[in-house]
Amino acid sequence: MIFLDLFLSFFKIGAFTFGGGYAMLPLIEKEVAAHGWMTTEQLVNFVAVSESTPGPFAVNIATYIGSEMGGQFTAVPDWLGSFLGSLCATFGVVLPSLIIILIIAKCYLAFKNSRVVKGCMTGLRPVTVGLIGAAVLTIGQSVFFAQGFSLAPLKTAAFWCSAVLCAASAVMGFKKIHPIIIICISAVVGIGLGYLGVWG
Amino acid sequence: MKLKERLTVAWRLFVIFFKIGAFTFGGGYAMIPLIQHETVETHHMIDESDILDIVAIAESTPGPIAINSATFIGYQAAGVIGSLAATFGVVLPSFVIILLISFFLRQFMEFAVVRYAFAGIRAGVLALILKAFVSMYKQCPKGAISYLIAAAAFVLSVFTNINVIFIIIGAGVIGLITYLLSLRKEEKA
Repeated sequence: MIFLDLFLSFFKIGAFTFGGGYAMLPLIEKEVAAHGWMTTEQLVNFVAVSESTPGPFAVNIATYIGSEMGGQFTAVPDWLGSFLGSLCATFGVVLPSLIIILIIAKCYLAFKNSRVVKGCMTGLRPVTVGLIGAAVLTIGQSVFFAQGFSLAPLKTAAFWCSAVLCAASAVMGFKKIHPIIIICISAVVGIGLGYLGVWG
Repeated sequence: MKLKERLTVAWRLFVIFFKIGAFTFGGGYAMIPLIQHETVETHHMIDESDILDIVAIAESTPGPIAINSATFIGYQAAGVIGSLAATFGVVLPSFVIILLISFFLRQFMEFAVVRYAFAGIRAGVLALILKAFVSMYKQCPKGAISYLIAAAAFVLSVFTNINVIFIIIGAGVIGLITYLLSLRKEEKA
């Protein structure tokens, strides 16, 4: 059943991502692809929506996917399905944190100084880097090679415009310009290019 | 603390974290300064020195930083009721806003202008994710094992269908073993 699936998937995501924010992206990307809930393109669109609305990314994406998928459940009205779906997904992503932190809060000095925790973290930080690297590749493919890898996109204006826009955004990002401003600029450029017929 | 007192603090926690959830863009790390301002400086619920511990713990436990910090501070200030109040507060604004957006986003996508905007935005978002990748690389411990774990995770994730959760658990175990071995070496030396 979709509501249980949503709860379990997001429970897994909440229980196994360390570092928050974009560290969740690789797990969400795999989980969403495995269930066919969203294309990579839709996921990237939603990252932009989430950056431009308040709140943690994990909660935003859980609520959104829950609403989209719950809304397709035919036994109840759309709005009720959406509400229940987003409730299950959000509850799922929050619950592991709640349980784990409540346990740790009682003995947090021991936890903080624990060799086991320190040791695990020396492995968990690099794994997050590797997994995000893989997500960058998947997402890059959806931006530049949406139809699969080939040389064909290299001849299109869309490819080169995206490449320049991405490079410019990266420069702005490293110059500490706020993500919302970067998103607004790329939206305006995207609209301009669209009316010039670049996106086809 | 008496129950009535506890409930008053819990209500205050809910209000504080609702505000934080409603007004911070960019999630976890962006919330820390606000959390510090509200809970330490304005309401004196926790000590200044606790903030660093809270960040450290939120980072080394699974789950979103924002939820972890809210639960932890809520517990410190008013026990289990406090942690539930703070967590519910920080989640509620996102939940309501995104639920409303989800009803419109699909219809929005039918406009050409919105589709064009998102075609540009996707290129920008790719850069933002790339930036997150670089900053996580910078925070990562340097060294042969660290690079090996990152490279192995990348390769396994791109070229195999191994569940990401097993990759994460494996990395944690390898990290633990190598850390304990290095401690033993230091003790002998």
